[in-house]
Amino acid sequence: MNNVLRVENVCKNYGSFTALNNVSISVPKGSIFGLLGPNGAGKTSLIRIINQITLPDSGTVYLDGEILQPQHIQYIGYLPEERGLYKSMKVGEQALYLAQLKGMSKEEAKKKLKYWFEKFEITDWWNKKIQELSKGMAQKVQFIVTVMHSPKLLIFDEPFSGFDPINANLIKDEILNLRNEGSSIIFSTHRMESVEEMCDYIALINKSNKILDGKLKDIKQKFKTNQFEVGLLSSDKDLLLNQIEEHFTVEKSKAISFNEDFRLLISLKNGETSKDLIKFLNNKAQITHFTEVIPSVNDIFLKSVADN
Amino acid sequence: MGKLKLIIKREFLAKVKNKSFIIMTILSPLMAVGLLSLIIFLNEKNSEEIRTVAFVDESQQFSDAFIDSDVLKYIDLTSIGIEEAREKTKEFYYGLLVIPKSDSLSQLSKSITFYSNDTPSIDVLSNIESKLEKKIRNLKIEQLQIDVDKIKAIETTVAIAAENFSGEKSSKIGSMLRMVVGGGFGYLIFMFIIIYGTSVMRSVIEEKTSRIIEVIISSVKPFQLMLGKIIGNAMAGILQFIIWAILAGLILYSVTLFLGMETVGSSSAIGQMSPEMVQQMQKSSNSDLQVLLLEIKNLPIMTLFFSFIFYFLGGYLIYSSIYAAIGAAVDSETDTQQFMMPVLMPLVIAIYVGFSVIENPHGPIALGFSLFPLTSPIVMLMRIPFGVPWWQIVVSMSLLIITFIGMVWFAAKIYRVGILMYGKKPTYKEIYKWLKY
Repeated sequence: MNNVLRVENVCKNYGSFTALNNVSISVPKGSIFGLLGPNGAGKTSLIRIINQITLPDSGTVYLDGEILQPQHIQYIGYLPEERGLYKSMKVGEQALYLAQLKGMSKEEAKKKLKYWFEKFEITDWWNKKIQELSKGMAQKVQFIVTVMHSPKLLIFDEPFSGFDPINANLIKDEILNLRNEGSSIIFSTHRMESVEEMCDYIALINKSNKILDGKLKDIKQKFKTNQFEVGLLSSDKDLLLNQIEEHFTVEKSKAISFNEDFRLLISLKNGETSKDLIKFLNNKAQITHFTEVIPSVNDIFLKSVADN
Repeated sequence: MGKLKLIIKREFLAKVKNKSFIIMTILSPLMAVGLLSLIIFLNEKNSEEIRTVAFVDESQQFSDAFIDSDVLKYIDLTSIGIEEAREKTKEFYYGLLVIPKSDSLSQLSKSITFYSNDTPSIDVLSNIESKLEKKIRNLKIEQLQIDVDKIKAIETTVAIAAENFSGEKSSKIGSMLRMVVGGGFGYLIFMFIIIYGTSVMRSVIEEKTSRIIEVIISSVKPFQLMLGKIIGNAMAGILQFIIWAILAGLILYSVTLFLGMETVGSSSAIGQMSPEMVQQMQKSSNSDLQVLLLEIKNLPIMTLFFSFIFYFLGGYLIYSSIYAAIGAAVDSETDTQQFMMPVLMPLVIAIYVGFSVIENPHGPIALGFSLFPLTSPIVMLMRIPFGVPWWQIVVSMSLLIITFIGMVWFAAKIYRVGILMYGKKPTYKEIYKWLKY
């Protein structure tokens, strides 16, 4: 029961095309779950199944331990990648309509909307038509519409597209806020730095199959290659390099150094520890820098997809 | 159910609040009536023009045949001779009628000529012809020394009182009335289906292009959205027609008053008459107006009303669900062309068939097309004023209901897939594949 959403062995075919092949994921309560994958991998198909826009050919989806049913719609908030609002409808009217479609009463919706409109300082937009707003402004309204019914599960597909850095930050803070208040969030994006920053868990889908999932920290541990980035001060760089290469596999680091030190990426052999490396280096040169190389989500993404 | 109501309400308001809806609703009856009044006005103006026809009567027998009417005056130029009369007519008159000298009346009747500056109007010519015919006929009667009174005594007019076996009277005026009523209702349905079907389609395309569709269908089922759209638009349509009917009635009434024309008796006039008066009317005279009033009373008004509602709803639901499916399948209105043709075809055929149906309401063509569900809403309504056996109505309505359910199901399948498809223009083959998703 610690998972707000459990997708089990879901398959979906469109004609002869397989969009999802036996995909299972679990989204723990109160977490931000990054759903990653190249374009056309099947992320949107999976999200649509969770939203009951389409039905899976086989497999089951559980929301809070119950098999997904039509009335669960009100517990889910969805911000699709392809989003929009009725252009000729007024902001307030439209937000009320969408809130009511999510099962809120009119009074309740008004109260909630007031709260959010004040929070985003957009109360004077209430009687404006969407077509009078800029794209970024409309996106704000769209965000409010997605979260206003305080759903258990929020699904954001590329939530930052169309926002300037200031507003993107505002939205990011709101998403983190929502997580802290107990909502669980599925977050699908190609912006790896936001995944790095925000996600607790990730799953990677490629060519209709899930190829990787778990806690972001654990995955990073798993993808660690026992490589260290070191900075060394030495009068004879070539000699030093030769000496190190006798014992370790060495790559030149791309990192730019601020002083005149010598940056290297050194991989340990099996059975060696960082202690051994430090000892070895300490005898040869002055160490200015020493960090373990943790793979970025970007690296993990590229590596997994390439291996797959 | 609550969500469907919300959708219907939104679709209805979105349609009704639209500026073009308001303008169309108010302007089109004004335009229609304006056009009608213009035609009437021009017609009146035209017939008010006084034409003068000169004549040269060399036979000396016709001078009393030409009596001036309001619009046609005659002037006798026999005294100045043909040549001069020609010159004068060219300048002043509408035309010149030349009646030559002749020995026999039969020959004379073939040698009369009318000269004019322009091609003469048929009205004027037939008017003159009938006057000449009457005069020549009288002259012949005189020649043959037949008693004019006897001739008058043998003149007869026959008005056949047609009646069908269940005792309903029919007459020529009645048939005309039925043609007008049936044709009118058929046309109304035709117009409504096209206008509001297209409007449903536009609204679907709008949701697709504004990309709100995915937001909406994460809250409601696509089927609910489609149905809500269809019903909401139908309600807007009904509202528009009610407003049109009221406006058109009011404007037409005031225009007829303004032009000082006689208003054709309405059914309320019959209601106000006492039974004796009605009886008296039936006995005493048989004027066209009274026949018309009686025929209106004889129309199967209740059947007509309910079948109008039924066929209107059935036909609209079938076609608008097809329109919704088309809207879902394409990305923009310009892509709809290839799908519109097959949809419009049965409607246009129905209207064409309708022309022959009102001539022969019980023939095999009429029967066939009034049972076929894609044409029955129009064709059956055109037949109903003439009386249709109940079993045909039952079969036709059942087929309509079955087709409607099938069509909505079919459209919903295409709609469900189509609304999430972007980018490429679908082919029929692809749409067929969607049915299986």
